[in-house]
Amino acid sequence: MTASPQALLDVTDLTIELRSGLPVVQDISLALNRGATLGLVGESGSGKTTVAMTLLGYVRPGMRVVHGQITIAGEGIDLRDEKAARRARGRLVSLVPQDPATSLNPALRIGGTIRDVLEAHTSGHANDVAVGEALDRVHLPITGEFMRRFPHQLSGGQQQRVLIACALACSPPLVVLDEPTTGLDVVTQAQILAQIDQLHSERELAMVYVSHDLAVVSQLADRIAVMYAGRIVEHGPASMVLTRPRHPYTRGLIGSSPDHVTPRQLHGIPGVAVGLGDRPTGCAFAPRCAQRVARCELELPPLEPQQDGRSVRCFEAERTPPLQFGAPLAPATPASAEPILLVRDLKAVHGTRGHTFTAAEDISFAVRRSECLALVGESGSGKSTIARVIVGLHPPAAGEVQLDGRRLAPLAKERSRDERRRCQIVFQNPYESLNPRQKVEEQVARPARLLRGFSRADARAAVTELFERVRLPTRLGEKFPSELSGGERQRVAIARALAAGPAVLICDEVTSALDVSVQAAVLDVLIELQRELELGLVFITHNLGVVATVADSVLVLTRGRICERGSVNEVLHHPSDPITQQLLAAAPRLRATAKRDALVSERA
Amino acid sequence: MRHRLRFARTRRGQFGLVIVAIVLAIALLGPFVSPHGPSQLTGAPGAPPGGGHLLGTDYLGHDVLSRVLWGGRSVISLALSATALGFALGTTIGLIAGYSRGIVDSLLMRSVDVILAFPPLLFFLIIVTSVGYSEGVLICGVAVVQAPGIARIVYSATREVSVAAYVEAAVARGETTAAILRRELLPNTLPTLIANLGLTLTYSVLLTAAVNFLGLGLQPPAANWALMISENRTILSLNPWAVVVPATLIAALTIGVNLVGDAISISLGRSETTVDARVDPAAAIMQGNLIATPQGPET
Amino acid sequence: MSVTETALPEPLSAQPALRPRTAHPLLRFVLRRVATGLLTLAVASFVVFLGTAVVPGSPATAVLGRLANKQVVAQVDRRIGYDKPLPERYVTWLFGALHGDFGNSAVALAQGATSAPIWPIIRDPLLNTTTLAVITVIFLIPLSLLLGVIAGLTHGRLPDHVISVLTLVFMALPEFVVGALLVVIFFVVLNLLPPVSLLSPGAKPWSDPQILVMPVLTLLAVSVAWTVRLVRVGTIETIRTDYVQMARLQGLPERKVVRRYVLRNALAPSVQIFALSIQYLFGGVIVTETVFDYPGLGNQLLQAVTSHDDTQVQAIAFILAGVYIAINIIADLIVLVLVPKLRTQT
Repeated sequence: MTASPQALLDVTDLTIELRSGLPVVQDISLALNRGATLGLVGESGSGKTTVAMTLLGYVRPGMRVVHGQITIAGEGIDLRDEKAARRARGRLVSLVPQDPATSLNPALRIGGTIRDVLEAHTSGHANDVAVGEALDRVHLPITGEFMRRFPHQLSGGQQQRVLIACALACSPPLVVLDEPTTGLDVVTQAQILAQIDQLHSERELAMVYVSHDLAVVSQLADRIAVMYAGRIVEHGPASMVLTRPRHPYTRGLIGSSPDHVTPRQLHGIPGVAVGLGDRPTGCAFAPRCAQRVARCELELPPLEPQQDGRSVRCFEAERTPPLQFGAPLAPATPASAEPILLVRDLKAVHGTRGHTFTAAEDISFAVRRSECLALVGESGSGKSTIARVIVGLHPPAAGEVQLDGRRLAPLAKERSRDERRRCQIVFQNPYESLNPRQKVEEQVARPARLLRGFSRADARAAVTELFERVRLPTRLGEKFPSELSGGERQRVAIARALAAGPAVLICDEVTSALDVSVQAAVLDVLIELQRELELGLVFITHNLGVVATVADSVLVLTRGRICERGSVNEVLHHPSDPITQQLLAAAPRLRATAKRDALVSERA
Repeated sequence: MRHRLRFARTRRGQFGLVIVAIVLAIALLGPFVSPHGPSQLTGAPGAPPGGGHLLGTDYLGHDVLSRVLWGGRSVISLALSATALGFALGTTIGLIAGYSRGIVDSLLMRSVDVILAFPPLLFFLIIVTSVGYSEGVLICGVAVVQAPGIARIVYSATREVSVAAYVEAAVARGETTAAILRRELLPNTLPTLIANLGLTLTYSVLLTAAVNFLGLGLQPPAANWALMISENRTILSLNPWAVVVPATLIAALTIGVNLVGDAISISLGRSETTVDARVDPAAAIMQGNLIATPQGPET
Repeated sequence: MSVTETALPEPLSAQPALRPRTAHPLLRFVLRRVATGLLTLAVASFVVFLGTAVVPGSPATAVLGRLANKQVVAQVDRRIGYDKPLPERYVTWLFGALHGDFGNSAVALAQGATSAPIWPIIRDPLLNTTTLAVITVIFLIPLSLLLGVIAGLTHGRLPDHVISVLTLVFMALPEFVVGALLVVIFFVVLNLLPPVSLLSPGAKPWSDPQILVMPVLTLLAVSVAWTVRLVRVGTIETIRTDYVQMARLQGLPERKVVRRYVLRNALAPSVQIFALSIQYLFGGVIVTETVFDYPGLGNQLLQAVTSHDDTQVQAIAFILAGVYIAINIIADLIVLVLVPKLRTQT
């Protein structure tokens, strides 16, 4: 390790396993200097949150520390005695949690919450002045009225600021941030990130920033440690790791990350991350790795320090090709000028009697064959409601939906079989989109049987073909959804929609619950399907990078209205509406920034 | 489904199963080994054990052991019929109301609320007042008293399932309501139902027994454990066994069923902490802890 | 997608969730809750009336027998008002009931009494039952809070296992079984307490506390298990929340975490739990009172049912349903006061 003796944080050989003996994280060694920021990156199941919690001396119930030491500012953190560890929390190290809404005690006023933290580490009673100072630090109002509010009376961004104020209340030298912006809107996220950055530079604060989002991490981190299956696979200066990754997984992760400024073809990582119980003896990434050799499956590569100051856990690190961003995507030319789907002056309303809420209004657009139209907006912008109106799950309050020039009835059950067949939808949550009590095969076959009148044998053949199309092994058909990973489930959901033989496919945030490497693979499937089957695609998302990757044209929605429309190129590069501009400015980009590099060298 | 019998491996589950098996054996096989008929007068009233009567005689002079061996069948058959009927009724109401929304929903669930506004036994007494008492009334009455609770549970489980994307997908592809109820909703509310089976059955035994005890169900000289407790209270100081033995058997049955039910619902993936639906549906609804289907990423 | 959620942007000055306090939302909620309660009571009264009034045969036939002279039956029917059309009878009855006038005992009238107002008949039993319920609740609440919180805080360890298994056992016990076994122990074996809780007419139950011991013990035994279980679940669920974990991660001492983070949030729902158990006590006393011949409302109700005294059944059922609904409303209101989120949002 490159840890200097006066390192603020020093983690050595940390290994944590479940009580059953399955390893969760293994051989984690980290070091961090005063005032530096480490980005801890990994996808779900990589163990990054376990490491983060352990930095606070907290070992989750059901887990135990096998070996390893953590030292912060020269003081050892006791990993076996919760009571002793608790004395260090807040004073030496503090946490900004993932979900601000559930992390604040609903029965305590804001002032009380902050006072509790202050009193835990100072003797005596904390007064309103001290509470006010803590709030002021994160630019929250310091009025008595604000301190007397309950958490539910704050917005998500304000709640997170309160938690940041708690984390800083006792001025610890190290703050751990566990996906602190994941649940927030992109604009709020940008504000919170700016706030964190500012506090960091003002206060010589060292930070460990845990996230699955490379783009977000790249905005803050000096150093990045990438975790895969419980181990660090690459660790080094941020600019180096992001521009010249040496581990094939890091490289794959970067290649999977969409970007809204330079749209490009994504390269997803094939396969699925190994489960906790199935970690192989050799390199855990080997099954998904393009450059694996026989040795990779037999022995575990060590985390080898390289000449350039980073460490990589790969036998073949030398062979890792430089980053190759796929060619910029050429916009597909619509095959026909005639729209298949036409939405005109649509208005949709939620609620009943008295308490109505207009979710969408004045919505008009057209989708042609082979065209992908993206509907972009934050949560609450009405985009999902529009999708539900199109497929007949929600009756429109005004306006109409036309398919091939024919007006559709408001509700699905009033539409003809062929109309239902030609317009299909894929939903957001992969854990809810499949019936947990039916075999996957049966669910994919159902639309073919119901809407196309296929015989049992024909449907079976169709299922086999569809599985191939969405790149799923045929044997998965025999399984129940709970035996599948999120990405697999979402592909099954796509196959189910395709089984109807649709002309239009509505994708409602289909990748937002997926890891980035899986998202890339699913997007790839969708793009290919769109080309080959000449589908009209309505792609609903809040992620501008995804828009740039898949869409030909874009509608930007805010509060149920269209605020901007145009081709992807126009909207993303020359936005005219202030809201679009704000969204674009706030969207994080993967960058090994000059600014960050400059800052680091300045300090040295 | 793979873990169908997992509950039998917990200690509580095993203990409960053994108790239930013993009580069931006594109830079902008892009549075959009974020394006397259930309504055969064989000695002086209220005699303590001895003289050919292992458990003594009851207030009329029947052999207590024989009454005990004959008296379990009706305890079990009444409870089972009432539970089955209550489940059928409650599930139907809950499924239909939960899926249909609108006027049908409000109508059904408001009627359920009205029944729930009465203490269960009181509602049963009102039924008895209006139609008199008999075995049929007993079964139907207990079923009607239980159905609202079950309906509530199925209702909220259905509501929760019916907003799931796979149900929306089924609606969008134009499946009939019957197909949606059968293929999508019922299979996914089933675990909730099974998890509640144990408690409902326990409650059925309690309620039918209470009604028999109050003299509003089976009538003497029928042999029934609950009835025995009631009729032999007058000779408690002469031959307490005539009360203690049937009381112990009923307690063993309800405790056993409850332990098994608890073990089943835990094995169904309802964590021990979200079981309150079994304890009390109303409280469970209040806390919003009803869905039993384990979902979510398996880390 | 949440309907109330607003989109971007989120300027700092925005104070989104604070609403104008002009409309007294709390008062509005209280009024609405009371109104729905009254509506339920009205429907319940209708069910009670219909359930007891639409009976083949009137109390007269029940008392005088099926072979009684038709003229005599008609005469009795007229005296107790059974000759009038049903809606009229219902309205008369409901208005009377709302004024505390439940009419006359049908059976007494049929037996020839000139006047037998129900209220004086059931006043004492109501008082006796309330006494029983109140004493039980006084023991029930602290006992179940104590055991429930202990089990919750020691979740998965020995005290929790012991308490959990005991609650599973006790909640499965029928009242009459517990009652009968208590009588065997305290009367037959130990001869400490009387087997029945008889009261001379007009005597107050607290004048002879001995007779209350076994009924209270019985009710406690069967109701405490439920409440302990629910309190335990509430405690465990609160312990598992993010904010409790967060408090620990912020380095708060465990004592403070338990007091300010766990108990404060876990105990508000307990109010509902106790409401349920009080309701249960009022409904469940029927069996317990019968076991001990305790002169309460449940016992009175049972006698009325078996003697086919319809008007008395109506009166008692109406009172019990009213108590049931009232407890519900009161519990909702207490929770409203205890939970800030409800208090400031409704």
